[in-house]
Amino acid sequence: MAEADPARPRIRASASTAALLASAFVVSTCGLIYELLASTLASYLLGDSVTQFSTVIGSYLFAMGLGSWCSRYVKRDELRLFVRIELMIALLGGSSACALFLLFPLVEHFRVALYGLVLAIGFLVGLEIPLLIRILRGFDFRETVSNVLTFDYVGALVASLLFPLLLMPHLGMIRTGFLFGIFNAGVGLALLFTLPRTAGYRTEKVASVLVLIALIAGFVASDRLQRWAEVASYGEPVIYATSTRFQRIVLTRRDDDVRLYLNGNLQFSSRDEYRYHEALVHPALGRVANPRNVLILGGGDGLAAREVFKHPEVRHLTLVDLDGEMTSLFSRTAMLSRLNRGALTDPRMTVINADGFRWAREARGRYDAIIVDFPDPVDYSVGKLYTDTFYRAARKLLAPGGMMVVQSTSPLVAPNAFWTVASTLEAAGLQTRGYHVYVPSFGEWGFILASVGPIPARGNIPTGRFLTPTIDQRLFDFPPDMARRPTPVNRLDNQVLVREFANAWDKYEG
Amino acid sequence: MKADRRFVLGLGFGATTVAAAGGGLAYALGREAPLPGGALAGADMARGHRLRTGGFPAPDRFEEVDLVIAGGGVAGLSAGWRLTDAGFDRFRLLELEDQVGGNARSGRNPVSAYPLGAHYLPVANREAKALRHLLRQLGMITGDSEGIPVYDPEQLCADMQERLFWQGRWQEGLIPRTGITARDRRDLAAFEAAMSAFSKRIGADGKPAFALPMAYSSRDADLTALDTMSFAAWLDRQGWHSPVLRAHVRYAMRDDYGTEPREVSAWAGMHYFAARRGWAANGAGDNELAWPEGNARLTQRLAGFFPQRIAPGHIVHRVAREGEHILVDSFDVAAKSTTRTRARAAILALPHFIAARICDGIEGPAGFSYAPWLVANITVDRLPAGRGVPLAWDNVSSTSESLGYVVATHQGPDAITSATVLTWYLPLSDMPPAQARQLLVQRSADEWKRIVRDDLLGMHPELDGAIQSIELWRWGHAMIRPTPGFLWRGDTVEPGPPLFLAHSDLSGLSLFEEAHYRGVHAAERAMAMLGHAHESLL
Repeated sequence: MAEADPARPRIRASASTAALLASAFVVSTCGLIYELLASTLASYLLGDSVTQFSTVIGSYLFAMGLGSWCSRYVKRDELRLFVRIELMIALLGGSSACALFLLFPLVEHFRVALYGLVLAIGFLVGLEIPLLIRILRGFDFRETVSNVLTFDYVGALVASLLFPLLLMPHLGMIRTGFLFGIFNAGVGLALLFTLPRTAGYRTEKVASVLVLIALIAGFVASDRLQRWAEVASYGEPVIYATSTRFQRIVLTRRDDDVRLYLNGNLQFSSRDEYRYHEALVHPALGRVANPRNVLILGGGDGLAAREVFKHPEVRHLTLVDLDGEMTSLFSRTAMLSRLNRGALTDPRMTVINADGFRWAREARGRYDAIIVDFPDPVDYSVGKLYTDTFYRAARKLLAPGGMMVVQSTSPLVAPNAFWTVASTLEAAGLQTRGYHVYVPSFGEWGFILASVGPIPARGNIPTGRFLTPTIDQRLFDFPPDMARRPTPVNRLDNQVLVREFANAWDKYEG
Repeated sequence: MKADRRFVLGLGFGATTVAAAGGGLAYALGREAPLPGGALAGADMARGHRLRTGGFPAPDRFEEVDLVIAGGGVAGLSAGWRLTDAGFDRFRLLELEDQVGGNARSGRNPVSAYPLGAHYLPVANREAKALRHLLRQLGMITGDSEGIPVYDPEQLCADMQERLFWQGRWQEGLIPRTGITARDRRDLAAFEAAMSAFSKRIGADGKPAFALPMAYSSRDADLTALDTMSFAAWLDRQGWHSPVLRAHVRYAMRDDYGTEPREVSAWAGMHYFAARRGWAANGAGDNELAWPEGNARLTQRLAGFFPQRIAPGHIVHRVAREGEHILVDSFDVAAKSTTRTRARAAILALPHFIAARICDGIEGPAGFSYAPWLVANITVDRLPAGRGVPLAWDNVSSTSESLGYVVATHQGPDAITSATVLTWYLPLSDMPPAQARQLLVQRSADEWKRIVRDDLLGMHPELDGAIQSIELWRWGHAMIRPTPGFLWRGDTVEPGPPLFLAHSDLSGLSLFEEAHYRGVHAAERAMAMLGHAHESLL
């Protein structure tokens, strides 16, 4: 009966056997690489590597078993199916790392995508070995099983050594994925041209060439992707990186520590950001009698907003951030919206994506509290957001008795810059009180409270992980090395703050 | 054996596929990207050249007015402003183009307004009284602090003013400070010391050595004698041959005069370096007033003082004396008819070569020569970056023949922008002006775009793919060239009352301050002649 099936080649030539056994070796190497990629990527993106490795490997092996079991339903045409499976694995496995990186910020349930992909690849890999044994069944069964499984396990060893020693350090995840996809597709292509009686496999031949081209293109482009990801410039594994119209957003994760970098500058570390954000928000809101209407300028990560909503009086919160991609990243992505407790999608929240400088000057509202959380004045563009011109516009938005707070860089590293912000607020007709807090990932950090009237000494401070009413009192004491000193006013026509800030940090960082 | 051959064949096929794919990719990457969109435009050549060919219809409409201003550039608009400010409203301003503004016109697209030519005004010198008066009226000077003018900070440049692409990095300022030789350092220091001394020098007549407006400059013989030689020759005489210094001087001369140092008078060359003493209580004195649309902000505001007296689309093609009166024939482009205006006086606020062509009794254009320029407004969907200091307002490359670009959005309402318009300048100074004008006209829009694009990408490879459009603007006669012997030639080209000339080419320096001064000067003399009482601003 087998002889009567023209589609099934008869395996005779020893070259063909060698090719098939070589393919068993390549196939198993690729299979293990995809498994390792998925596990590593999951622990990068989701943290907790023990759980990720364990669950990914478990579900992968389970899916392989499922595939092996299903192989019994393949009645004929094993070679054709084998080649097709190779191509599917090549495509899925080869692009898996790239696809997961790209999907991560876009999908709400990343685990669904992750395990779906792992199960699909595992299932296909599980089909491979039983099919291969059957293709080679014309030979001595004892020898065939022994050969196939030997190559399979040796391939696994090669993969497990290559992955940590060579591939991860030199190629990175995305390129490794594409490279092994190319090997996978190469196996399919080589078999088609090595084995006899494959003349009728035109579709497979065309498909394998297309898959190969797609993967090579991916490999070439992954070089660029890798560069975009700037993995090298951050201390921690990069889990997400994108260039928006305005800035470069990079998220890193090491274990439970998620960090956000904008244009290479650290914005928060999830380990200690509560110190920063509690200190940013509560001293101001606690000093307003009834903070119903609150404004945040900057702060697109929603972490300050999370703190604002801890005040039950708040009815409306308006957040103005330049970058729509930033606010949508932190409202859509489950991992990130967990950090801000869904503050950006709270019904009391209005998110406006606009330039803060223009918006503040055109706005007409009145706010009981204004939280100014812009990036540090690293260049003249951001420097405009620290000028008396800007603070005058912001002052007009303050309701009577309202309080404003401005993140003002480090009073220890850049005391002149810090107190320049105070002088500038005062030049805009506001009374000020500076305070500071220790944030391990930032160092000593400073804020300035500002109000049209006197600033109350005490406030209604909610007790958080860091801040308490007692701690609030202590923040306003400055040791001599950070103490107030005479500083100029930062104006549009002098931009003294940008120079002062750059000088201080250059000196500090050597 | 057969299988082996197939294996080899398969390998060959695979390799061919890979090679083909690679080749295709290389081709796709190497192929020239399509040129960005954008039009090629400029001063209306057809209207301008019609003055040469003539053939205007005989006048069929007649009107009378006390004073006609021919030309709505900075000088003509400044004359109109001065008249209006003095309460004199019996005048009419005729402009050939459909819009007033002259070299200080602007364009606009969804990203930003942008200049087509002149794009900033330095903080005014102490001697520029009339200009300060204007800036006060425009709210650009907001008051005084201890008697010193306070400028509106929002209209002063709030960015790093300049950066230079030098040895692969952007650095602050226009003069390289690193990677230069000891001789460069010595010559630069000597040059800067000399210019600083000239800037402070007061002549025997009590006037600054180099003033702005230049008419207030000292007439000391050793100073005016500088006009007889070229700036390059003067530098040679000092023994300052440093290529870094000479490259900077060349940049400066082409920037303000569109002319090579060997063709610029030494007096004009030194005026560039020694005449700016911005007088302001806030900001540094070397700051500039700047706007997204460039000096069109100033011309539009000037025109806003007397909009109903302005008639655009009117080609003044003949000016003649008739007894005590002046007859001004102007062709109305829309109505296709000539109007003859009988006036008691006329201010010709036109380039001298046009004034001489349309008016008998005005000396020919001997000595007057004009530099042609190409200005390109490049819309990009992301900001230029580059190694070194961040983006400045004015960005110059030491390796480019262009003068670099200014960022139009830097003074816009946003602190931070993504898309922007870069205004790119190229004076065609390395050949005789007539030849350069021919080149300007002969080169197709695509050729110019390729030049502009390649120049920008040379400074900013990262902008590849970010260029949305390139709007080209040709200026055949962009600015007067202050060649040796032209500025202090001693004779006058003025025809005398009731005809008055007003144009920056009379100063020999194509600067807003000069055009404004010439316009105010002509307006005040005309009012004096017509018996309109006023207190001089000069």
